[in-house]
Amino acid sequence: MLKTFPKGGIHPPENKITSSKGIKRMAVPKVVNVPIAQHIGIPAEIIVDRKEKVEIGQVIAKSGGFVSSNIHSPVAGTVTKLDLIIDSSGYKKQCIVIRTDAKDPSNFEEIEEPLKIDIELEPKEILQRIADAGIVGLGGATFPSQVKLNVREGTTLDYLIINGVECEPYLTADHRLMLEKAEEIVVGIKILMKALHLKKAVIGIENNKKDAITLFKKVINKGDGIQVAALQVKYPQGGEKQLVRAILGREVPKNGLPLDVGVIVHNVGTIFAIYQAIQFNKPLIERVVTVTGKKLENPSNFWVKIGTPIKDLIAEVGGLPEGTRKLVNGGPMMGKAIKNTDVPVTKGTSGILVIAEEEASRGEAKNCIRCGECVYVCPMGLEPHLLMNLSEKGMYEKARAEDIMTCIECGSCSYVCPSHRPLLDYIRFGKNIVKKLENSKN
Amino acid sequence: MSQPIIISASPHVHSDRTSKKLMYDVVIALIPAFLVSLYVFGIGAFIVTAVAVISCLLFEYLIQKFLMKTTVTIGDGSALITGILLAFNLPSGLPIWMIIVGSLVAIGVAKLSFGGIGFNIFNPALVGRVFLLVSFPVQMTMWPTAVENNATIADAVTGATTLGMIKEGLMFGDTMTTISANLPSNLEMFLGLSGGSIGEMSGLALLLGGIYLLIRKVITWHIPVTILVTMAVMTGIFWVINPESYASPLIHVLSGGALLGAFYMATDLVTSPMTKKGMIIFAIGIAVITVVIRLFGAYPEGISFAILIMNAFVPLINTYFKPRRFGSKIKSKIV
Repeated sequence: MLKTFPKGGIHPPENKITSSKGIKRMAVPKVVNVPIAQHIGIPAEIIVDRKEKVEIGQVIAKSGGFVSSNIHSPVAGTVTKLDLIIDSSGYKKQCIVIRTDAKDPSNFEEIEEPLKIDIELEPKEILQRIADAGIVGLGGATFPSQVKLNVREGTTLDYLIINGVECEPYLTADHRLMLEKAEEIVVGIKILMKALHLKKAVIGIENNKKDAITLFKKVINKGDGIQVAALQVKYPQGGEKQLVRAILGREVPKNGLPLDVGVIVHNVGTIFAIYQAIQFNKPLIERVVTVTGKKLENPSNFWVKIGTPIKDLIAEVGGLPEGTRKLVNGGPMMGKAIKNTDVPVTKGTSGILVIAEEEASRGEAKNCIRCGECVYVCPMGLEPHLLMNLSEKGMYEKARAEDIMTCIECGSCSYVCPSHRPLLDYIRFGKNIVKKLENSKN
Repeated sequence: MSQPIIISASPHVHSDRTSKKLMYDVVIALIPAFLVSLYVFGIGAFIVTAVAVISCLLFEYLIQKFLMKTTVTIGDGSALITGILLAFNLPSGLPIWMIIVGSLVAIGVAKLSFGGIGFNIFNPALVGRVFLLVSFPVQMTMWPTAVENNATIADAVTGATTLGMIKEGLMFGDTMTTISANLPSNLEMFLGLSGGSIGEMSGLALLLGGIYLLIRKVITWHIPVTILVTMAVMTGIFWVINPESYASPLIHVLSGGALLGAFYMATDLVTSPMTKKGMIIFAIGIAVITVVIRLFGAYPEGISFAILIMNAFVPLINTYFKPRRFGSKIKSKIV
């Protein structure tokens, strides 16, 4: 029996059409738009001026507080303007616009570093380097990694879990990275184990990536303390709480963190970025992005510089097909629909999904037939139909009492609802109001 | 892009299940039982079913269009199911006007007056059936017997249902041994050769449809299995203690619409609880009330009443039997 989390979950069509496509390096874009808020928390503070020349990897915006992150220049070039540009949130956000210097050779060097196994840095230095390198959770949550790794003295911590689940349909960025950089990822895991003084780590991979499971089993040495857990294919297994439950059987308390049960979870992409930062002092300036969609000419996986406009990626896969009606930053379950193709790739962009007419529109919402499907699939044990109802009627206090704030917004309820009710829309709305009410109380 | 781009919140994909498909799966599941009823009762079963279905659809259309002035939803399959299930709970040969009255009560009173699909508390078909049963007890208990000779309705002999015969026999002081001589065998009941309402005849056909619903995941096992097992256990206890005064559990499970009720009426999505825990409580309640009515009440059957009574408890069950929240350490002590 493969491991999985026991309560709820769905199995949408996987559509991993790019899983056999190796990661190609995107041409360096002419212009990059680098937002200063690519992570959860306080936006970074810009430390460059207009017309200033910047080098590749230079810090251009400094961490703005405890929960914040550095931003580095992805290219060598000139800052042309500091402008408001619409990002994947749909809002205009402060961006640093840099024109690439076509003559600077550092932009075009393709250095494939050899595997470097020895970890020279000491734990403290590792954590500092991770903070300096601007590393955030690359699974999509974009939580600054140094904050997650900042474990208070006295906390019992016994497991590092590596999230290689990639349960979102369509996306294959993590899958490809695992296949192409398995040994590097193993070193990355050892780096974190050293930094956190951990003896045990588990890589969780869903069973639709058998090749990655086999590969990791091969490259891990016996004495490493690293295990591979093959997991049943079930969405949203990539959710931290679900993953910890699936692999270790430990249940993270309500409103708690994996840390409360002695676990730290990091995505494979993050681990690779940490490897790069520690072993080669490379800041986070590029990531793997899956550009996919059923009607695309040549859907692929790419190494993309942060700040690359999405239209460059679209052009690379053969342009937008006729009848495209929706563009999603991320996967189909949790990704955000974006307004136009000028939106830049950020640290949290795991994929770009192009959706055609047939699948772009929602069905007409009908009456709730009280079938209970939403209750069965909710991985958090909530009652989405009830939460929607309470949010709709403005009964926020009751919604809070029904644990609306523990919703992880995985969208399983909206996905299964046979009456096409926009359950998650209302729950999100309710959560926002409950959060505001709680803040105003404090 | 030729057309404006769509911006909406996630998720951006949807499962291909719709309410309509669920409803039509129920209709498909009812086909075997309908075929058996056609074989057993002939044209009579067809007429009753057709009248019930047409009048349910028509009443829904008329009331929504002219009285409620709202969107007409007769295409969603729900009124169709109400019509079929109402007919399945009626004896073949019931006067047509009574069927129409039953349909009006089912659709007009039990469903639309509550606000239409999803808002009704009681199972509409059962409300219609029980309304007819208490209003026209004589006609509602005139069961054309299973005709070996394929007679037309006019010639059909009326007789009691299996449970009716047992109840009557026991009232006159007969023992089960003497009563059993006149009863259809368990196999006959399972195949559908006994007296009763149109749809409750064949355990085999009902089970086939029930399994289809389980495979298609329209229903889960919790309600039907719990009802049948609880009924079998309860009636089994009485039967073991005194087999001369109580019918065997097999008779109880195979007759009196137990299978029809357990698989098709109690599992109605709208009027059953929304959690597995709740479903089990609901199903136990139905079974207990059914057995109490059958063994100690005036009616030989009783699952219709039991389901309606438990329907009334569903909001309460939903309030108190919630799914366990992820990360809440204290496990719910009940179930």
